[in-house]
Amino acid sequence: MDFIKGIFNAVADPRVYFLLMVLALVGLVWKRESIASNAFGYGALGVFTLFFALGGLDPNFRLIITKPDNVPIVGLIFLLVFFVWYSMKQAVVNDRRIAKGEGPEEAAESDRVWVWPDLVYTELISLIVCSIVLIVWSIVLKAPLEQPANRAVTPNPSKAPWYFLGLQEMLVYFDPWLAGVVLPGLIIVGLIAIPYIDTNKKGNGYYTFNERKVEITLFLFGFVVLWCSLIVLGTFLRGPNWNFFGPFEYWDLHKLEALTNVNLSEYFWVRALGQPLPTNYFLRELPGIVLVLLYVGALPVLLSKKLFKTYVDKLGAPRYYVTVFLFLMMMALPIKMLLRWIFNLKYIVGIPEIFFNI
Amino acid sequence: MATETKTIRPQESPATRFWNWLTETQVWKSVFRHERPNTDRNRVLVMLSNIFLHLHPVRIRKSGVKLRYTWCMGGLSFFLFLSLTFTGLLLMFYYRPTLEYAYNDIVGLREHVPLGIMREMHRWGAHAMVITVWLHMFRVFMTGSYKPPREFNWSVGVIMLVLTLLLSFTGYLLPWDQLAIWAITVGSNMARATPFLGHEGPGAALLALGDVKLIHAADDARFALLGGTFVGEGALLRFYVLHCVGLPLGIAVLMAVHFWRVRKDGGISGPM
Repeated sequence: MDFIKGIFNAVADPRVYFLLMVLALVGLVWKRESIASNAFGYGALGVFTLFFALGGLDPNFRLIITKPDNVPIVGLIFLLVFFVWYSMKQAVVNDRRIAKGEGPEEAAESDRVWVWPDLVYTELISLIVCSIVLIVWSIVLKAPLEQPANRAVTPNPSKAPWYFLGLQEMLVYFDPWLAGVVLPGLIIVGLIAIPYIDTNKKGNGYYTFNERKVEITLFLFGFVVLWCSLIVLGTFLRGPNWNFFGPFEYWDLHKLEALTNVNLSEYFWVRALGQPLPTNYFLRELPGIVLVLLYVGALPVLLSKKLFKTYVDKLGAPRYYVTVFLFLMMMALPIKMLLRWIFNLKYIVGIPEIFFNI
Repeated sequence: MATETKTIRPQESPATRFWNWLTETQVWKSVFRHERPNTDRNRVLVMLSNIFLHLHPVRIRKSGVKLRYTWCMGGLSFFLFLSLTFTGLLLMFYYRPTLEYAYNDIVGLREHVPLGIMREMHRWGAHAMVITVWLHMFRVFMTGSYKPPREFNWSVGVIMLVLTLLLSFTGYLLPWDQLAIWAITVGSNMARATPFLGHEGPGAALLALGDVKLIHAADDARFALLGGTFVGEGALLRFYVLHCVGLPLGIAVLMAVHFWRVRKDGGISGPM
């Protein structure tokens, strides 16, 4: 049993965990034809149920999943697994119908029905079911109340509310001005921009994957892999000092993790050129600044010439540049993660003198 | 001899007879200005003459009433909002947003109300609403329902998502326990790193007149959020007012716009 727990603890390491999430997305998209069966979907839910049921026998795991405010996230995991699979299944079903020339299921159901009684009764039943769930949940689980607020005692770990834990996880890789202000701002702007930069006229009002491959894959990457899976990571796998702990691991306050992160400037000046760091911070960080400018400024232009040429033609220049900027900003997180994991890179540009660290 | 036609009245249950009697009374007819909705005409009238039901169209695409298509997540978000408004209103009777009383009032709610579940319903309802809003957006994305002519309504929805998160965030502070102030401390610490507007944000040092810093701990973005340099009395009052009045009003207005636009943009989405 300890051996199996050990495997799960190892797999839950942020690096492996993130890689597995990306692989799961690739599998979902690539093998969508074979997962589009009820047996797979309900089987997956069964596997998760089994994992949580058996895992619940472990005291450390039980402690973290039964913490009252974490219960909704356990629910979120199940709901996400179900609905991601379900929407994919619906998409595959429709894609098969479209390939046969039958049109999506929703088109076959475009005739009108009376709102009374067909819709109002559905609403009434949903409302009653939702009320029952909420009342039972409220009776079974008391709302948490800890010790009175005390500014002299800092709990360890101090966690933000659960829906912001993806952002708090980003703080491992970025400074607060990026992880807490700029990137969340760009998420909001990016979400609002979606309908204005997506010029694909197909797939409006029905489930489909084949007609919107890139859009759906990118959205699933942002929503499931980056946003939701980092929330799960931040909730269940981050303990004291924001150190990583496996799901079956005891939250040891004294766990030590060596932080040997190095700035790009040191890699460039000290290790590559064998010189001391320049005293002028602009000169010191010039390699990083050039890299960032290339990433934000030159890369979109380069991509427009070769790899993304079709998109420039399809979207037109203004839409293309907005899209590619938002895309690169989204990819900045996994890129910084990889740089940290492979090179122990702390900052690409590190100017603590003016709080400007990237 | 003429044959007599015999009419046989079907046996009606007492409940049906009572229902038939009730819907014919003057009081009932004064409230509902239409007959029982058992003919097409009355099914139209019931939707048109009732202010709560008139948010709906009279007829709707068949796919639009299927859980398979909608998952009912938007409707549940709205219902959870109503439920949160109601439970929140009850909680406001017993809660005073001051350092002296806030925590004790919550303890009082827990200890002195037999079988009380209002705080639980409010807290779990809030968590559930965050999840239903996310799943609603996910469904809208997966069905491509944000595409023209519904672009603007998607944008309104994104703002409502932000307001939902802010509502939950401001409510998190109110119990005034360790969980509350430290979660808000972690969350609001981000604001001091706001570029130019936070005292530890990039560029803030540039905003200075000679040696006088224009952006410092007592006037930056975080100060505006907390009404102080730390999570204290000012923050509690600010979050309380935003949580109970400001944000709900904002989201209610946007909900009106959102529902109105669902209708005006052609009802629930479906293949063109």
